[in-house]
Amino acid sequence: MIDTTHNELVTENGIAFSENVMLDLKHLKKVYPTPKGDYTVLEDLNLQIMKEEFVTIIGHSGCGKTTMLSMIAGLNEISGGNISVLGHHIKGPGPDRGVIFQAPSLMPWMTALQNVMLGVNQVFPHVAKSQRTDIAKYYLQKVGLEEAFHKKASDLSQGMQQRVGIARAFAIKPKVLLLDEPFGMLDSLTRGELQDILIEIWNKEKITAVMITHDVDEAIFLADRVVMMTSGPKAKIGDILDIDFERPRTRKSVLEHDDYYTYRKHLIDFLEH
Amino acid sequence: MKQSITLNRVTKFMGLGFLITLKSLFTGELDKEGFKNFLRKIVVPIASIFLFIGLWHMGAKSLYNIEAEYKIEKALTEQGQEAAEVMRACIASGDVSCQPNTLPSPAQVWESYKTLLRDHQVIKADKVAFAEKTAALNAKRVAEGKDPITYTGRPSFVDQIFTSLKTVFAGFLLALVIAVPIGVIIGLSKTLRSSVNWLIQIFKPVSPVVWLLLVFMIVKTMTKDSNSDSAFIISFISVGLCSMWATLVNTAMGVASVDKDYINVAKVLKLGPVQKVFKVILPSSLPLIFTGLRITLSVAWMVLIAIELLAQSPGLGSFVWEEFQNGAIDSNSKIIVAMFVIGGIGFLLDRIMLTIQNTVSFNKTSGI
Ligand SMILES: Nc1ncnc2c1ncn2[C@@H]1O[C@H](COP(=O)(O)OP(=O)(O)OP(=O)(O)O)[C@@H](O)[C@H]1O
Ligand SMILES: [Mg+2]
Repeated sequence: MIDTTHNELVTENGIAFSENVMLDLKHLKKVYPTPKGDYTVLEDLNLQIMKEEFVTIIGHSGCGKTTMLSMIAGLNEISGGNISVLGHHIKGPGPDRGVIFQAPSLMPWMTALQNVMLGVNQVFPHVAKSQRTDIAKYYLQKVGLEEAFHKKASDLSQGMQQRVGIARAFAIKPKVLLLDEPFGMLDSLTRGELQDILIEIWNKEKITAVMITHDVDEAIFLADRVVMMTSGPKAKIGDILDIDFERPRTRKSVLEHDDYYTYRKHLIDFLEH
Repeated sequence: MKQSITLNRVTKFMGLGFLITLKSLFTGELDKEGFKNFLRKIVVPIASIFLFIGLWHMGAKSLYNIEAEYKIEKALTEQGQEAAEVMRACIASGDVSCQPNTLPSPAQVWESYKTLLRDHQVIKADKVAFAEKTAALNAKRVAEGKDPITYTGRPSFVDQIFTSLKTVFAGFLLALVIAVPIGVIIGLSKTLRSSVNWLIQIFKPVSPVVWLLLVFMIVKTMTKDSNSDSAFIISFISVGLCSMWATLVNTAMGVASVDKDYINVAKVLKLGPVQKVFKVILPSSLPLIFTGLRITLSVAWMVLIAIELLAQSPGLGSFVWEEFQNGAIDSNSKIIVAMFVIGGIGFLLDRIMLTIQNTVSFNKTSGI
């Protein structure tokens, strides 16, 4: 089931890559030094993610999903192999790869608007101030927070904070959006709402998204492909499942689709082995 | 209505929540829960104040009796029966010359408090008179390029309070200006932190007296040929050096322990070092910095008295010391008045710091 359709190779800077590949992980390795010796979390992990693709990642707890994602974000040292974005090896973090963390991690002393502006100011320093404010307000309004521009982040509920997190991530117009269980802390109702918001903005912006989740239904509902990781140590990609539902999707149409239970069974079978 | 809500918030904010309960008592808005609050926040504290004064009164009385007995006993053994009777009569008559010297009673302290205030009024009037009398002469002297004549009379108790406050604020500002920037720099670098740690650990517990002597050695030489007020300089620098450690340590700790998520956000956005410090690190460590500053101010006020006393610089400390040496009949009660004033001002300063702390930080600390 591994996707091998996009492989017309183009060479740039001596690195071979396909024009449609956004993210390329090659022979990726991660070793954590521990008091009991080195612990190899990931080894020889290969994964290609296409432009405008939404990929979800599932795997057992502790297999190394966060490790992989934070390496893509540039927040975690690479022990071996390489990661490239549009054919260029990454060097450290940068706003081309936006991150939405599990905890909303807003600056609690700033308002919702200021939190979004922090990123916008940084990424578009040459744009007029009023325009920057418009960008920030646009995304806040997209996530349903038009009433809360000037509320302190610490006064917002968990769900609203994560909405600001989504607005902040999209507002800096990243090439890749990385999400590490962004809805893990929310109740199921809020979780559903935020999934809808996320997918709506993503449909419009068409950026590449990589999202870790523990929720099989969430993984299917959001993704073009679900990537399954084997259990650690030395975890790698175990299997990849293509989700062939039409977009835009509604929760109802997905649940009623004939293939839904086949997909679901495939994922559950993988996780139970 | 809206106005009263904000008023309530402001008073709570300052850690003076009991005022709200007091207000609702007079406006008749008291329900059952409010009544419990009324008991807890107003009746019990007032009762405890009376209990305290009562115990103090009885304690002072028994100390007085012990001291009196001792005096009579002494007169008896040294000078015989007759002298003892004279002494007993003298003590009973309340004559100033033979009063037992011991812990003063609350009433005596209250009397001394009033005396000190009266004294202040007298000195104030005296100063005004002096200014009027010398106004013409001083104008002439200034015109001739000479220094004007200044009032050199004894400072009143209230003057001493203001001198002490001036010294403590100068010391506090010095501590702030030194400790916050250094704390930030130390907090940012793990290497620096471990390399200066020994220095902080050694200097932190050094007693105010030693700081004073150290500052004295340096300032004495440096102000040799200027006619500046070296007693003031010495005491405020010593106060600053004694009290800055809490701010230094807290600032460094606050900066070092900024939430990893915030740092990651800063990294993803590629914030420059200046932006990172001012937009992320400083705001997120403000609560700890202010905790440090609050401790610094209270330590500064506490050591100030001792330092003034030793440095012979004017202020409450030297007031206490002079009264102690003076040994007049009401000296002891004046010392106790000073004690309450010192405590009260310390409490007030702490409230002010708490209020500032609550306005600037994002998570609120309630007053203790
Ligand atoms: N800084 C570190 N030093 C040492 N070991 C680490 C470190 N970070 C993670 N690990 C270990 O690496 C493994 C993978 O961790 P990681 O957080 O990537 O897992 P995960 O798949 O995200 O788990 P979860 O689903 O619970 O979030 C775990 O066994 C973890 O204990
Ligand atoms: Mg994880």
